[in-house]
Amino acid sequence: MNLRIKSIIPQLLTLLFVVAVIGFFTINAQLNMEERGIDFGYGFLNQESSFDVQFSLIEYDGSHSYAKAYLVGLLNTILVSVLGIIFCTIIGVIVGIARLSPNYLIRNTAAWYVEFFRNVPLLLQIFFWYYAALRALPLPENTEPLFGVTYLTVKGYYIPRLIWENFDILIYSILASIISIVFIRNYARKLQEEKGQQLPVFLISVGLLLILPAITFITGMVQLDVSLPVLKQLSKTSFIYAEGISVPPELIALVLALSLYTATFVAECVRAGIQGISKGQKEAAASVGLTPNQILKLVIMPQALRIIIPPTTNQYLNLTKNSSLAAAIAYPDLVLVFAGTALMQTGRAIEIVSITMLTYLTLSLSISILMNWYNKKIAIKEK
Amino acid sequence: MININILKPTSSNFQTYLYIGSALIFLGIFDVFLRSFFNINYLTFLPDSLNLFFPLIIGLIGLQMIRLEYSGNRLVDKINQNINNNSFNAGLTLIIIFLTLLIIPPALDWMILEATISGDTKEACVATEGACWTYIKVWFRRFMYGMYPNDFHWRINTAFIVLIAFAFVGYFMRGKLKNYITFYYAILYPIIAFIIINFLISGGSFGLEWVETNAWGGLSLTFIVSFFGLIFCFPLGMILALGRRSELPIIKYISIGYIEFWRGVPLITVLFMSSVMFPMFLPSDAFVDKLIRVIAAIILFEAAYVAEVIRGGLQALPRGQYDAAKSLGMGYWKMQIFVILPQALKLVIPGIANTFLALVKDTPLIFVVGLSEVVGMLQMAKTNPKWLGYAMEGYIFASILFWAICYAMSKYSQYLELKYKTER
Repeated sequence: MNLRIKSIIPQLLTLLFVVAVIGFFTINAQLNMEERGIDFGYGFLNQESSFDVQFSLIEYDGSHSYAKAYLVGLLNTILVSVLGIIFCTIIGVIVGIARLSPNYLIRNTAAWYVEFFRNVPLLLQIFFWYYAALRALPLPENTEPLFGVTYLTVKGYYIPRLIWENFDILIYSILASIISIVFIRNYARKLQEEKGQQLPVFLISVGLLLILPAITFITGMVQLDVSLPVLKQLSKTSFIYAEGISVPPELIALVLALSLYTATFVAECVRAGIQGISKGQKEAAASVGLTPNQILKLVIMPQALRIIIPPTTNQYLNLTKNSSLAAAIAYPDLVLVFAGTALMQTGRAIEIVSITMLTYLTLSLSISILMNWYNKKIAIKEK
Repeated sequence: MININILKPTSSNFQTYLYIGSALIFLGIFDVFLRSFFNINYLTFLPDSLNLFFPLIIGLIGLQMIRLEYSGNRLVDKINQNINNNSFNAGLTLIIIFLTLLIIPPALDWMILEATISGDTKEACVATEGACWTYIKVWFRRFMYGMYPNDFHWRINTAFIVLIAFAFVGYFMRGKLKNYITFYYAILYPIIAFIIINFLISGGSFGLEWVETNAWGGLSLTFIVSFFGLIFCFPLGMILALGRRSELPIIKYISIGYIEFWRGVPLITVLFMSSVMFPMFLPSDAFVDKLIRVIAAIILFEAAYVAEVIRGGLQALPRGQYDAAKSLGMGYWKMQIFVILPQALKLVIPGIANTFLALVKDTPLIFVVGLSEVVGMLQMAKTNPKWLGYAMEGYIFASILFWAICYAMSKYSQYLELKYKTER
């Protein structure tokens, strides 16, 4: 009896405290909104937004609704995050491996890179790339082409636009190849477990991914046109490149800063993962007669990935959340478009901030649930 | 195939190979050195692409020629082991050496040789191509103290000196006083700090003029925000971590909800919330200063991260520790304070240091509510019409500043980790 009371009292007190705080806030919010004549509700999402967004992946202008503006911001956030994740993984893996290199110079260069970029605030790095480094680029009319057809200018990076015909067939062919790859992988695993034979799964996968889409080109079902960027005069002194795709400098600065910053953390995860595999594993594998390639593929990587992937996903999540710093250099991401411009126009602080936070929360929680599932799946099953 | 055999030294002819190889390596490095420092290129008679890669090629041949498992020469052995153990590494080594040689002259020129630091106006910098450190010199006080009135800067300095002095009081606590050391740091010190900053920096009484928080800024604001962030988010995080590990379901789920919520949203939206949404949640006549709102938001946010780090330490402790403490008849709090937490915290020093570093690096984000610490002041100085065009100098200055602070913190945490390391 005594024990039960002892466990109930603190719980009751905590619950009471939380309820009191939430209650206090809601009552105040209601009073304040009544006073200012605002009614709570999400109906404003269907109203016309009447503001333009500089850079958008989908068709959007001021005549569309706030809900569409939200979608534009969300897609821009996702674009930055995906690009950042790709680049930070590439840089991070290279630097992480370089930190374990037997070469003294490489090891130390990588260590200096990590020590420097990790210890400077991300916001400062974004500002540096946007206001200092990218501003040193030439004007469009004086730009030399990069790789022949692209132009890196102070107004952005202009790349050729690809014009597809029957794009959906290409997508189907890629989907078909992915599905067949999954089947082949399963078959290969079965073959290995039952007979010990190994199929060159990687080569087959790459081949399928190349051949199936290529067939659609050869048979003429899918056609591809390229429109190159062309210099165009807007006024006497102002030039841009038209016809191609223009990647705005905000996006370049953001992706650069995010990937260089996050890559330092990814590099540390990769290093820890590889170091976490004891030397005995490698020696044991070699003594059973596996080739160096097989050792890496069958013994080292599966174990190292188990250590590397969970903290790295965490870093990907951090990158996604950090992409909200885009607001500082006016890249139209979710925070700038929705929690910035839309909030200014409607004045609906509670609704808009709550939607923004919920979006990020959903993103994070879904990834961490996926992660937990994956962790459980790959965890070593001990007897 | 023959080519490679020729380039491979054997122990008999190694001496000759060593001489030729070192000469080739030296030649390659010397060529790049001449090109970058004196802009002289003696090899213009070669075709363009060969001209460009000539140093790399002869350097690689040179390194190939001196690569021998055991040569007897200590220096050569060391080189072979560390930077020349196969062709791939040799190439990377050469590329790094060449890049360094190529970067040094322009960087040196810009940062030191052609740079200006004299004068007080932009005119001093117009003539040169190099960096304009005059800009930093003129704006230095703003970068340190923000828009705080110049005459009162001594108040900020005094406040920080007094705070540091109070922080060292713990060192002099001896004997019976030592029992209260945790109490002092956890409860008394934050209160003292708040009083000092309130009366000295904010002012308004004792004949000190009142300075509103909008005028605060620069590095001193970074310190104030991170200082209060650090001292408050730690105890809160500890309680949350204990709550998450608790056996009482309500407390456990409230803690989980809290932690997952704050870890799931970006800090910038939290700051948005504190500035635009929070006033709606208070009685209409209540007013909370912007700076306090921001610091509170940062504390609530970082506490969730601290909690997760501490939970890691709690989980790493073997069950035996809990059982042993219980079998001695200790209650929950006694067990946590005297047995569990001291061991768990020791384990997670690196993690906590990382969280604190993240907090310091996050302080520039307070720009979203209109407060400007160092980075914010840089943005302000950059757009000043009298000083347009010196953004680069400002960013380099701030990067070095932050790097020094964060690097010092991480080194200190490594020292602490070693100091409290015990064999287990």
